[in-house]
Amino acid sequence: MADYLTGDPIADTKAPAVPLEKRWDERKFAAKLVNPANRRKHRVIVVGTGLAGGSAGATLAEQGYHVVQFCFQDSPRRAHSVAAQGGINAAKNYRNDGDSVYRLFHDTVKGGDFRSRESNVYRLAQVSAQIIDQAVAQGVPFAREYGGLLDTRSFGGVQVQRTFYARGQTGQQLLIGAYQALSRQIDAGNVELHARTEMLDLVVVDGRARGIVARDLVTGKIETHLADAVVLATGGYGNVFYLSTNAKGSNATAIWRAHKRGAYFANPCFTQIHPTCIPRSGEHQSKLTLMSESLRNDGRIWVPKEKGDTRPPAEIPEDERDYYLERLYPSFGNLVPRDIASRAAKNVCDAGFGVGPGGLGVYLDFADAITRLGRPAIEARYGNLFDMYQRITAEDPYAVPMRIYPAIHYTMGGLWVDYDLQSTIPGLFVIGEANFSDHGANRLGASALMQGLADGYFVLPATVNDYLGSTRLDDVLPEAVTPVETEVRERIERLLAIKGTRSVDSFHRELGVLMWDHCGMSRTREGLRKALDRVPELRAEFWRDVRIPGRGAELNQELEKANRVADFLELAELLLVDALAREESCGGHFREEHQTPDGEAERDDENFAYVAAWEYGEKPVLHREELVFDHVHPTQRSYT
Amino acid sequence: MKLTVRIWRQTGPATEGRLVPYPVDGVSPDMSFLELLDVLNQELIAAGEEPVAFDHDCREGICGSCGVVINGQAHGPERTTACQLHLRSFSDGEVVDVEPWRAKGFPIIKDLVVDRSALDRIVQAGGYVSAPTGSAPDAHATPVPKPDADLAFDNATCIGCGACVAACPNGSATLFTAAKVTHLSLLPQGQPERGQRVLDMVDAMDAEGFGGCTNTGECVASCPKGIPFASISALNREFRKASRAGRR
Repeated sequence: MADYLTGDPIADTKAPAVPLEKRWDERKFAAKLVNPANRRKHRVIVVGTGLAGGSAGATLAEQGYHVVQFCFQDSPRRAHSVAAQGGINAAKNYRNDGDSVYRLFHDTVKGGDFRSRESNVYRLAQVSAQIIDQAVAQGVPFAREYGGLLDTRSFGGVQVQRTFYARGQTGQQLLIGAYQALSRQIDAGNVELHARTEMLDLVVVDGRARGIVARDLVTGKIETHLADAVVLATGGYGNVFYLSTNAKGSNATAIWRAHKRGAYFANPCFTQIHPTCIPRSGEHQSKLTLMSESLRNDGRIWVPKEKGDTRPPAEIPEDERDYYLERLYPSFGNLVPRDIASRAAKNVCDAGFGVGPGGLGVYLDFADAITRLGRPAIEARYGNLFDMYQRITAEDPYAVPMRIYPAIHYTMGGLWVDYDLQSTIPGLFVIGEANFSDHGANRLGASALMQGLADGYFVLPATVNDYLGSTRLDDVLPEAVTPVETEVRERIERLLAIKGTRSVDSFHRELGVLMWDHCGMSRTREGLRKALDRVPELRAEFWRDVRIPGRGAELNQELEKANRVADFLELAELLLVDALAREESCGGHFREEHQTPDGEAERDDENFAYVAAWEYGEKPVLHREELVFDHVHPTQRSYT
Repeated sequence: MKLTVRIWRQTGPATEGRLVPYPVDGVSPDMSFLELLDVLNQELIAAGEEPVAFDHDCREGICGSCGVVINGQAHGPERTTACQLHLRSFSDGEVVDVEPWRAKGFPIIKDLVVDRSALDRIVQAGGYVSAPTGSAPDAHATPVPKPDADLAFDNATCIGCGACVAACPNGSATLFTAAKVTHLSLLPQGQPERGQRVLDMVDAMDAEGFGGCTNTGECVASCPKGIPFASISALNREFRKASRAGRR
């Protein structure tokens, strides 16, 4: 029995048919405008306040729209973009090292393992330079050199220095910049902010997105909010794996409910595994903490040459160490892209060379860098990361090497969008990590911050204008709204009425282990099958046996989690189906059946150079979007 | 290890709260403090009781969501956030008191959860540079001396957790406001609004019911991000200068 049905192909119709370099200018020029005096008559809902949502809300409000903004946190400043450490890429070529818009585009398409759209990625590279200008104008304190100019560093998968950073807190600083811009618009009355409010469904009227149903997390009140367009900027779904680097509250509910209302979900199986995470310390672990990839600029990764060598690292002499990345990939060394570095770590650990508890770790060693540059230089570059590592592990990384292991980090899949970042539901725009568009099967370091801000500051404001300027919208009648609200209410009542025996977390943890074991760093047909058998059972158990204390009409954190885990249990199945259907290895998707003789991922461009856009149904329906590479010719990705 | 946590339980803003003791056994010194609360909550749920409500999100010490008073100290005995505090900082058998932030500016919502939106309103009053999107000059057009950029950064690292308010005997939000004012006043981009910013932010702080600053320094001692005491002097200088200039 087939796991899915096949539907008509899908295509992006919004990227103009002009040369790559002119597409975005052409699209902006052809886009309809809305007279400034008419803009305040339009309400736009933005869900999420991270880099994408915050920058979009601030910019749309600046343009004169009335923005209604939502976040589940108590303040927009807490969105998980705040935790990004390393940096943000921009084709400024301030280093005169041969960088250009075209090179950033090229690196990003290649880094994404040829599963992203050329048009979108080129635009991303184009606006990248403007993002840095915008952030600096807002007072983001990027690292500077003594001459007062901006400092840059390099990141995995790249041979130029184009990454701008603010110590190891780049995400925080960029987010605070967007948050401040948003705060300014809140004060001006152009943004109506609903904090501690969670979107639970999408209101679609006459085929168009016209609002959301949301729950006030403090009072439990369910309310419908209407608008002329809805923007989802709700981040990724990595928490389907339970243990991930995502914040505990990060969830897929908004995009999943939109999917169930008709938005296609693209490439769900492309989940990025980040190579430099602090290994888990025990069963109690609630989440994983990342160590910025920028550490690989100066840190050298190694394991002992001897299996099961339990000597302390300092006692293992130089010639008994295997600097395996430098050995396998001499030209990129420790700076190979994330999927390559992650898989290499898994391979050495699986082969029995891993260090630390359970042998699930490799060393990230700064001894050479400290000798070469001195401790103060290392402190200046990575001080806060070293402090964080020490706090979590109680080990001093200046004295002993860090131990790292890969972990689920970023999801490249998400709702399908066209060049305008509009989903298959007109009026529903999806930006940042919540969409699928720019990263392909893998994400290079320092490109997520770039995409979030590019979408929010520069792309969306132009395309939302076009939508509102070219669409006639009637008032929404109450009849259209009531059924959605009722469904949301009933679902919550149903959850609360189960009164079973197992906690929400116990289901989430079980799902997570299942997904990590069978759909994590490497996947097999057999394992995916096994998980596909178990997930529906687990979902049935959840709806039969979950226990949620308390009531709906109050702050109820177990109910919040239950709502989200119920959606993860559905999304997990689509993720597995997608992974099973993709009979190739590609970026963050490694199918063991498809590898080269030397163990590298083997892509199948002939059959799989497409975006898998899934339509919701009794059985998921696969719509393929063919990917065309006119500029960057797909080749075996080589970093040796 | 084994601990007894005495946790502030309060069903809502209008109800009375009290400390309730809960013994927790078999926890690991490698657990974070919030993971201890997770373990306790799983036990409470299994026993048919209501779990403890507490704010948390990133669990990496950067989002600023978590924050409780542990044994009388904001975020507990180490200078970090509650999510980055580990049980190795406590001794086996210890009795640990856990309370919400207490300040007039932070009304209690439930158990350990308080409303810190007043801090957002202080930022909304002027804690920004007015830089509309799309018209910014090239980033290299205005060099910023590295020491200024570094000091601005030191202040910009504030996570808005509210520990400074909770630690202050007056419930003052001065350190929070000082961090933002100092960050922006050091950069060339923030100059035109410099005077107005500080006056508006200080007004907003007072309007929210935060107490005045008496230079006690508890805020600095409890700040997980090490915002320096000098920022408060800087805020005062900025405020005096702007007041004299009569910016309104």
